[in-house]
Amino acid sequence: MANLLKNRETQLAAVIVLMLVLIAFVNPDFIAPSNLLSVYTESSILIILALAQMLVVLTRCIDLSVAANVALTGMVVAMINSQYPELTLPLVIAAGVVLGTLLGMINGLMVWKLGIPAIVVTLGTMSIYRGIVFLISNGEWVNSHEMSLAFINTPRTEIFGVQGFAIISLLIIAAIYIFTEKRPLGREMYAAGNSPTAAFYTGIDVGRTQFWAFTISGMLSGLCGYLWISRYAVAYVDVALGFELQVVAACVIGGVSIMGGIGTVLGCVLGALFLGVINNALPVIGISPFWQMAISGSVIVIAVIANSRAERKVGRIILRKATLARG
Amino acid sequence: MALKKLLATAIVTATMTTAGIANAADTRVGLVVKALGIGFFEAAAEGAQEAAKELGDVEVIYTGPTTTTAEGQIEVINSLIAQKVDAIAVSANDQDALVPILKKAQQRGIKVMSWDSGVAPDGRQVHLNPSSNALIGEMNIKLASDAVKATGSDSGEIAILSATPTATNQNIWIEEMKKVLPNYAGLTLVDTVYGDDLADKSYREAVALMKNHPNLKAIVAPTTVGILAAAQAVQDEGKIGQVYVTGLGLPSELAGHVDSGAIKSFAIWNPIDLGYSATMISYNLVKGNASDSEVGMGRMGTAKLDADGSAAMAEPFIYDASNVHKFAEIF
Repeated sequence: MANLLKNRETQLAAVIVLMLVLIAFVNPDFIAPSNLLSVYTESSILIILALAQMLVVLTRCIDLSVAANVALTGMVVAMINSQYPELTLPLVIAAGVVLGTLLGMINGLMVWKLGIPAIVVTLGTMSIYRGIVFLISNGEWVNSHEMSLAFINTPRTEIFGVQGFAIISLLIIAAIYIFTEKRPLGREMYAAGNSPTAAFYTGIDVGRTQFWAFTISGMLSGLCGYLWISRYAVAYVDVALGFELQVVAACVIGGVSIMGGIGTVLGCVLGALFLGVINNALPVIGISPFWQMAISGSVIVIAVIANSRAERKVGRIILRKATLARG
Repeated sequence: MALKKLLATAIVTATMTTAGIANAADTRVGLVVKALGIGFFEAAAEGAQEAAKELGDVEVIYTGPTTTTAEGQIEVINSLIAQKVDAIAVSANDQDALVPILKKAQQRGIKVMSWDSGVAPDGRQVHLNPSSNALIGEMNIKLASDAVKATGSDSGEIAILSATPTATNQNIWIEEMKKVLPNYAGLTLVDTVYGDDLADKSYREAVALMKNHPNLKAIVAPTTVGILAAAQAVQDEGKIGQVYVTGLGLPSELAGHVDSGAIKSFAIWNPIDLGYSATMISYNLVKGNASDSEVGMGRMGTAKLDADGSAAMAEPFIYDASNVHKFAEIF
């Protein structure tokens, strides 16, 4: 089974390389190392949010409120920064991360303690969080000249030619990798999603695991709230509107099973990069905007079909083993 | 919010006090805005006062509800009718809801016009639009031409960054831009792209424009999200001075990018001129100095009225480093 999953990631990597080759025929500059790096930088936020989403999806839940969380924490950090420019940046970012974590905990608690399906909870909080953005800002924007230079430029700082956005995402990838592979809680998330009943009998509190998945998702969304606002240097109500769909799509393309229990950090990152390449390549190769929408949509559908086929195989194997064991 | 209400009450009280000491012979114009405490309308009121000062025998009663509702405006207009003002100039919160009360005002001999946000023709005599599609299109190309000149050449490539491909007003403006393009021999329109009014997509489209067209001199974005994202992209790509961003946007949103140098100049209507013109038109309506086809607007020239009685004030007003910070505090 490990082999099969590995296979899937190499397949996805191969598809990305093939795509880059095809794009290079139309626009050779696109595969210049500097441009590939900027494509990665541009995909950083998507990668972080996709990893956060993966943890939630692993536990058989879904977090649709991530983009609204980004918008709300982003607006809050932007407003704090514009009102109190003398506050140091780490404090401002910490405020965003703490707020994001709390928002995630609200989702988690409702799923854990009230037993409401995650899709319903987060569909609701998505609207609530987005609504609060409007309430606290009165619909007004926070613009670049109202933000401090440190606020906007710190994630743009380059270390060995790599921007802060990219470095932060690399650190998060490493952290989530260690978490899912080495930490008990990370392993429990796989177990809880793979078979909640079995997990229960091994002493795992499935609801509690889901709560922590939502909490981490909220925490990373809070971080991304700051990153997003500093990236585009403007905070308004519609920040990241509809972005949750891209995040879920990145997970699905990366082979994370929407039924829970299956998914790897590498696959998820590749899924996000796949969308990142498409997002950045389509404008460069000059395709009509209507085709762009159709192409993005088709790619997601194709990925889901590939996914479900792969999962069906996995399912059969398990089933056969189970019958064998019983017989 | 509480402060806003307090401020609004203060303004209402202030206007009432001035109304009390007004000369009976003065022409009294009620300038009704969508809501009090909005920078844009405060600026329009400033323009109205300028017109009153210029005319001498006009008193402007600046008023409006505390929230942007048609009900609030109806109350305000009712009280203006009771005060027997000579004219009402309104920026409506609802095109149709104000018609009955404004009809009543007209029956009492009050001249009624709308400005900025219109009232259906039944309810008013004249409507003053801040600008027209043709003027907006022309202005965008003129700004692009200025931007190209700012890079130090007489001719160059420009591109348009719009909102969604289906946005009606955007498409009309792009059409109008293409119509006047032949008048600017040096300009070549190389691309029109769509950022969907999303910051991230607009940003990527702007980066792609610069990559696909290394000789690009100006990006024209007649949409606020687009112009902001493009300006940030130009800055991040280190293209300041080589590529200028221009188009339509609000001074408060763009002041930072004018400072950074990514934007040389941009345009939007000037609320001061709008309040000034509305007051001038109201005055001329009261004095009977208006025909069915035109009415004077003082220093802003003459408004040409179409069959519906609507007119365009002027081409959008240009903002640059010299005035953007002053207006950034207004709207």
